[in-house]
Amino acid sequence: MPPDFLAQNLPLLLKGAGMTLRLAFLAFVIGLVLGTFVGLARLSPWRPLALLTTAYVEVLRGTPLMVQLLLIVFGIPQALGLQVDEFRAAVVAFGINSSAYVGEIVRAGIQSLDRGQMEAARSLGMSYAQAMRWVVLPQALRRVIPPLVNEGVTLLKETSVVAMIALTDLTRSAQLVASRTYRPFPAYLAAAAIYFAMTFTFSRLAALVERRLRVE
Amino acid sequence: MIRIEGLHKRFGKLHVLKGIDLHVRPGEVVCVIGPSGSGKSTLLRCINRLEEPTEGRIYIDGRPLPPGGPELDQVRAKLGMVFQRFHLFPHMTALENVMSGPVIVKKMDRAAARRLALELLAKVGLAEKADAYPSQLSGGQQQRVAIARALAMEPKAMLFDEPTSALDPELVGEVLAVMKDLAREGMTMVVVTHEMGFAREVADRVIFMDGGVIVEEGPPEVIFTSPREERTRAFLSKVLHV
Repeated sequence: MPPDFLAQNLPLLLKGAGMTLRLAFLAFVIGLVLGTFVGLARLSPWRPLALLTTAYVEVLRGTPLMVQLLLIVFGIPQALGLQVDEFRAAVVAFGINSSAYVGEIVRAGIQSLDRGQMEAARSLGMSYAQAMRWVVLPQALRRVIPPLVNEGVTLLKETSVVAMIALTDLTRSAQLVASRTYRPFPAYLAAAAIYFAMTFTFSRLAALVERRLRVE
Repeated sequence: MIRIEGLHKRFGKLHVLKGIDLHVRPGEVVCVIGPSGSGKSTLLRCINRLEEPTEGRIYIDGRPLPPGGPELDQVRAKLGMVFQRFHLFPHMTALENVMSGPVIVKKMDRAAARRLALELLAKVGLAEKADAYPSQLSGGQQQRVAIARALAMEPKAMLFDEPTSALDPELVGEVLAVMKDLAREGMTMVVVTHEMGFAREVADRVIFMDGGVIVEEGPPEVIFTSPREERTRAFLSKVLHV
């Protein structure tokens, strides 16, 4: 890549990368918090709650992320006559979408534990909530880290569809650079390199956390 | 201490318990024997409602076993349970496993719980393994920690669900020794077991179950030497290899 090309265009690309990172980070936080509740609710002994969250997950997995984004950023605000900030609406859209996948990961993590763990905890007199908090979730946490990292990486890459709603993220910045300089190859190559630097750093950090959580 | 009246349990079409009546008195050691699939474990699991009885009544200390909620949690806290496959919490050390009940359920302060747990680990002969994780212990050691964990709640009765069935033969003795000590101290115990020697030596009463009913019950010397029922004789001749 020619040095003068980078010098001229890197600031714009990095600004776009900043937007991508903020978007992915905030959406992932929402996805984790909401998704944990979704996962627990799907396992709830109370049937209506379990059915409701199952429907939530199915709808979010069964429709394209792009359509969900357009609905939340443009469709719903117009139907309700609201003015929304596009960045915030996009964070919400990605967060909700991610919560469905996180919910499935959390559910699978809990279900992969031996039923005897819950029974042993309950037989000591722990309530369902205490058994979840002290016995089931700490063990499930270790098992869900690798799939959650996967989800975080996927989410970060998928935020590139916000180029569609005119937010200047990394992908949109690369498009701008490409059309301004007529040199798409270095522009998109640089974008790919920056995406990879972000996802690779994230998965390395997660591997570190995972190692520290392993006891035995 | 534990009274069971007309207990039935169905899993779908499978009728596992077909009317069980049983009264366990304070301080009594009752051993439940019988072939696999006879309903022994299901019976035990109904006593603290890990299985929901289909029909019948269960009383603990004269009071009906609550259907759920905090009332059931309180009853379970008084009934220690030991499982065939130990079910120690793998993310906690032996000490933390034993402390877990008192700290989480009884809100005992950690220093006091620690003292209690160390005392109990010493009682089961594992004081030096306090900081080991379950994966670093043998099956027999894990089961002894599990017994200590149940005892930490200071239960009024202990339920044992085939506590030595998952153990290598050479590790069975150490677990049975701990259980014998408990019996000698006057703990009320219901033990589902295949260890006929243990039943013979320790039980005050032996229950023989087959096909979801109690076929015969009585003192071990009677059950093991002169059983009345043909089914009991057939079972014992198989397991005692005579």
